[in-house]
Amino acid sequence: MANVIELKKVNKEYGTQIKTKVLFDIDLAVEAGSFNSIIGQSGSGKSTLLNIVGTLDQPTEGEVLINGKRTDKMNKNELASLRNETLGFIFQFHYLLPEFTALENVLMPYRIQYGKVPKETLERANELMDLVGLEKVKNNLASNMSGGQQQRTAIARALMNSPKIILADEPTGNLDSDTSETIYNLLRDINQKLGTTFVIITHDRRIAEKADRIIEIKDGRIGLDI
Amino acid sequence: MKLAYNIALRFLKASKGQTFLIALGIAIGVSVQIFIGSLIQGLQIDLVDTTIGSQSQITITSQSEEKLIDDYQPLLEQVAESDSLLQHITPVAQGQALMSYDEENYSVLVRGLDFDTADGIYKLSDRLVDGDMATGDMEVMIGLDLSEEAGIAVGDDISFLTNVGQPQTAKVAGVFDLEVANLNKSWIISSIDTAQSLFSYDDRISSVEMQLSDVFAADVVAEQLQSVLGDELLVNNWKAENAALLSGLNGQSISSYMIQVFVMISVLLGIASVLAITVIQKSRQIGILKAMGIRDSAASLIFLFQGLLLGIAGAILGILLGVGLAFAFTKFAVDPDGAPIIALYINPAFIALSAVFAITVSTLASLIPARKSSKLNPIEVIRNG
Repeated sequence: MANVIELKKVNKEYGTQIKTKVLFDIDLAVEAGSFNSIIGQSGSGKSTLLNIVGTLDQPTEGEVLINGKRTDKMNKNELASLRNETLGFIFQFHYLLPEFTALENVLMPYRIQYGKVPKETLERANELMDLVGLEKVKNNLASNMSGGQQQRTAIARALMNSPKIILADEPTGNLDSDTSETIYNLLRDINQKLGTTFVIITHDRRIAEKADRIIEIKDGRIGLDI
Repeated sequence: MKLAYNIALRFLKASKGQTFLIALGIAIGVSVQIFIGSLIQGLQIDLVDTTIGSQSQITITSQSEEKLIDDYQPLLEQVAESDSLLQHITPVAQGQALMSYDEENYSVLVRGLDFDTADGIYKLSDRLVDGDMATGDMEVMIGLDLSEEAGIAVGDDISFLTNVGQPQTAKVAGVFDLEVANLNKSWIISSIDTAQSLFSYDDRISSVEMQLSDVFAADVVAEQLQSVLGDELLVNNWKAENAALLSGLNGQSISSYMIQVFVMISVLLGIASVLAITVIQKSRQIGILKAMGIRDSAASLIFLFQGLLLGIAGAILGILLGVGLAFAFTKFAVDPDGAPIIALYINPAFIALSAVFAITVSTLASLIPARKSSKLNPIEVIRNG
């Protein structure tokens, strides 16, 4: 299988006067269609790693290749398109737009790219809402939904443009264990049905163990890679 | 583009109270501008109307030795065709005379007018307080003040001593009140024929008077007229003769513009600062949108649209407020007889200009937050939750 994500000697430093190095020479390749989990203590650099993979953050040194293309050679608009079409994000705090309904939030990535929403796309968005079990509350404003519902909306949104890769940063970090379980099963289902590549940060070992591959980040280096 | 507009609209709708406050801020600016502008324009129109509204605004006189114009009919036609702004073009035959009544002499100006056309300028038919128009041969009208001072009443005969030499008698047909004491004392109005025979002008006249539909174009039109008519005639206009009034009007206009500009600057600063805060309020949303791949330009557009929408809402609200205020002013600030103290001048073009100005200003004010939004890095939001 081809690698959809490739990191070559990625280093990351923060700060200008007092430099804090967060990532040290990370080499990582992720195969298409795989389900990967990243574990590690807080402050180990796993979120930074994910943000760098997601092109939200730039490495201080090293190369990031998404679909075989170097992201450091892309301009801001190309990066925006890449994020929109190839990557889907699920953040810990769900990050929906509170001014919009659940369905509108799900449609947002499509509208950013193409503008007007045709009927088929609306149907697809509705199917995604069904998939995450939110058909009944899809017209609620994002701010009027429970945490679990918001998180599931965020998942549906991440899937909207059928991205090749979904990056999730502790998607169940603030949910109870039953809901977490449901959401992981959902992600796994999507992975198997649609062949979407997943990279998920979690500190829940139980969940990490269900992944195809576990990558442990320790003090900015890859400690364990099973 | 449409998405940015939709997001802007949704942001505005989501915080209705704040949106209303900003729009109200713009509206008050616009309404003050409209109110002050209408007030000053109304004042100026009122002032111009009372000072030069009932007098000749462009006057053509002869440069010849006798100061008389021969064969004036073609001249009237030529003037009428020269500029569409010109109206109430009327021939005048006038001269200085000594009027005597009851052994008293008065120095007067006898003005022979063509009543049909001159009425447009002097509104004599409205200003006649006693008797009739002096349409008959050797009939005259005298001013109210002269009538009171000399004790002349309608029907009396008065005699004139002119350049002709022999005293001539005319009958007082009416008394007018031009609301200017000086004119009421010194003017005696008759038909052209009467004046021509009083002064032996034959068929000649002394001047052609006229008004303009746009009084402030008088100097330009007069200049054109002068070049058309040639050197034998002299074209004068009210602007050249009323420099003091003009500079007064100018001063008023300038102070009105100053007020308006400062009102708009304060509106601009208000909107800019509130919109700058909304970027911070919405930085989370902008970060999410950017993580989802919205382009920086589209992220800026959201705030430009917010400025535009606020400007439009504020302008509409401001026009309603301003016109309402102006209306209330004319309704409640009235003289004892019920007429408004100052007739406001509601100028649609001026109102439209204020609206366009307010919309432009609020869109400009949103450039600052738009720039901020464009520069916002999504990682800041993601990392800090």
